[in-house]
Amino acid sequence: MGRLFAVEIVYRGIFQKTLAKNISRGIVLAAHAEGKPGISFGRYGDSPERNGIPAKNFAIVGTDDVTLEEGMAKYEPTEVDISIAVDDTLCKGVESWAWYGLQPINRLLKPGGALIVTSREQPDALIAMCHRKEYPYRLAIVKGTPSFSGLWVYKDDHTDVRILGAVAKLLPDLVGLEAVQKVILAEWRDPLKATSAARAYERTTTTTVRPDQGNPEKPYQFELPKWWEMREGIAIPCIRPGQPMQDMDNHKTGGFRPERNPTFKKFTTRTMRPVVNFDTCIKCTLCWLQCPDSCFDVTPDGLYDANMEACCGCGVCEAVCPVTDCVTMVNEVAFHDNASQWEMWKKDKDAYQTWLNGKIEHRPERSHGFRYRGQYEEQTPEMLEIAREG
Amino acid sequence: MAQAVAHRAEETEKTALITGSEAIAVACKLADVDVITAYPIRPYDTVMQYVAKLVANGEFDCEYIVAESEHSQFEIVKHASAVGARVFSGSSGVGWMYAFEALTVTPALRIPMVVMVGNRALDDPGAFGVEHNDALAVRDLGWQLVWVDSAQEALDTALIAYRVAEDRRVFLPCAISCDGAFLTHSQGLVKIPSQDKVDAFLPPYQRGDLLLHPDNPITIAPQANEDWLMEIRRQTAAGMERSTAVIREAYAEFEQIFGRKYGNPFFEEYATEDADVVLVGMGTLSTPVKVAIRQMRREGKKVGFVRVRWFRPFAAEELARTLGRFSAVGVIDRDFSLGSPHLGGVLATEVRAAMYLATSQPPVLGFICGLGGREVTVPDVRKMSDIIREAAEGHPQPPTQWIGLRE
Ligand code: SF4
Ligand code: SF4
Repeated sequence: MGRLFAVEIVYRGIFQKTLAKNISRGIVLAAHAEGKPGISFGRYGDSPERNGIPAKNFAIVGTDDVTLEEGMAKYEPTEVDISIAVDDTLCKGVESWAWYGLQPINRLLKPGGALIVTSREQPDALIAMCHRKEYPYRLAIVKGTPSFSGLWVYKDDHTDVRILGAVAKLLPDLVGLEAVQKVILAEWRDPLKATSAARAYERTTTTTVRPDQGNPEKPYQFELPKWWEMREGIAIPCIRPGQPMQDMDNHKTGGFRPERNPTFKKFTTRTMRPVVNFDTCIKCTLCWLQCPDSCFDVTPDGLYDANMEACCGCGVCEAVCPVTDCVTMVNEVAFHDNASQWEMWKKDKDAYQTWLNGKIEHRPERSHGFRYRGQYEEQTPEMLEIAREG
Repeated sequence: MAQAVAHRAEETEKTALITGSEAIAVACKLADVDVITAYPIRPYDTVMQYVAKLVANGEFDCEYIVAESEHSQFEIVKHASAVGARVFSGSSGVGWMYAFEALTVTPALRIPMVVMVGNRALDDPGAFGVEHNDALAVRDLGWQLVWVDSAQEALDTALIAYRVAEDRRVFLPCAISCDGAFLTHSQGLVKIPSQDKVDAFLPPYQRGDLLLHPDNPITIAPQANEDWLMEIRRQTAAGMERSTAVIREAYAEFEQIFGRKYGNPFFEEYATEDADVVLVGMGTLSTPVKVAIRQMRREGKKVGFVRVRWFRPFAAEELARTLGRFSAVGVIDRDFSLGSPHLGGVLATEVRAAMYLATSQPPVLGFICGLGGREVTVPDVRKMSDIIREAAEGHPQPPTQWIGLRE
């Protein structure tokens, strides 16, 4: 038996579909240029994709055909040499729309394997977001704003080739820089892209993440029922309607919190979250009415608290809120838990205002790629600048 | 209670001269079906016409919906059944095929829909006559399939079908096949059972925890991935497995309440006791076969006949045990399965598969006969019997032969 290599690319459905495919293909083609066979595929359960929902692509390479076949006998690899998170908020965990539970971003990493993340954050911030792993692994950051496109448009900001450069650095037995550059020239005919890959190769450094570092939470899991335990007729009990909320100051009940699916939470779809200024809210109900996932809890004092276990970060509430800066979408990286904003506000209104202002300031604008016309043209030069200069 | 009802209802039983289609419409009325959907296609349309007449005459109270196509026809009753209505529908030939998507989704949702298929050749060419390929097309999907050969049996089987399909252990749809023309358009004398007896035989439809109702909030027919499909299929398969015993119970109770005997529910045996060779078939070809057998017996040829009623569930072991008693078996298919093993028919292929595990394995020959409503004649039956006798005597015969073909 020769050697088998597996790389997974974890990405945001639709927005990063082409990006993930480019990376996966690039790895397999570069390995092929070095005489190693391989395959590139997307996790079928993730498709058809939904906006922002975590999804996966895999590149499997063997040193020979028989070894590759060993790797292909299992549809999804059980362990990988490299995990690539093309959006840093994926470090909080991955819940596919095809319902596999919440998976830590580093779940499939082999001991000593490498996690590559595209981010503008420092290693410490990313390590804190990732779930703890029982053995050490390496973290490498490809610096830049995570690259988001639409279904029909690809933002060619060199993220794909920069990651290929980083892969060559981290696992030279899989692909060397020379093969990567050769494939880039053949695929894109763009010498600048080959240069970007070389820059990333030169700059990639790693931080070792120890088992005592990271988010100590156990991700939620569930057992799939046996066939005779399931209700017949593909009948699924509904989520019950929900209940009034309790005001922790006077213990009065009021408002309404809908019950939510305990096993499909959706919050790992979020790359931005809404923060609400309860002091300027005019209780117009629009956010509550328009949220596509019924995420707002109606509080006993008639306010609307976006529930962070359920919110997928679509930004509709921000768009419909009639009060300036009352609902603001903020980069998800700036938060460490899913705590209720309304409870924070109730506890200490001044402290909440300080917290809120800090969060709003913090935001570098993130984007799903279609917020306004001309945005790509604005962002791409900046990304290319980062690719060149680091 | 069944006994008491049997006595009292004796006098109220009437005899009517009606077609197989009309007999099924009468069964709908007796079963007090709630929702019926219709879309015209010959020969099934005879049922919808008769139901419409019963409704128009004020004899039968049901929601009678003429859909805009067969697909909607079966979708409407599927939904009505999910909310607790007893339903009836039906079609023929390519109309049944047009509903195919609706037909495939019904078994896994455990919808005990009862329908009538007026068997008709599939287009092209457009033809009205009987072939069994229409109903057989759903044979792998979780539909219970039964063939009848008389108007009386059509009526009785429709009542039995509701009882079996709506049994919580089963909850699977059931299609009753009636040969186009020979049964759908021929009137025979039919005993119409009294309402009391039918009520004693047929309990109300209870959907229990699968009822789509605000008091039982569930969602049905969701999108599900590979983590769920096998378990769902296994559940549907379990319903079909249990159906065999439920069918037996239903026939036993039918006999007790109505006094009409059908013997083995799964297949009827005719003149088999001392037979050397047997023919096997489904539906109305039983008439020429029986007449030919009586002729041949007068000549000392011991031929018997096994008429398969329930094709799904298929009584494989029992049928194989029965057929193993003879020295050769000839299966008459009023259908075809082009390119199948031995280029034969569906029934022959199933019979051979059933015989594979049997201890006694006489040769099984297949005959394609009576397609598109062509008559299966007495001489045809004699010819087929001669061929299987040859095989029984050790002279090998081709596995599939077309009988009654101009050649
Ligand atoms: S971003 Fe706002 S509208 Fe969108 S899911 Fe979250 S709470 Fe609802
Ligand atoms: S839309 Fe804005 S103002 Fe209206 S209820 Fe929501 S947060 Fe308050």
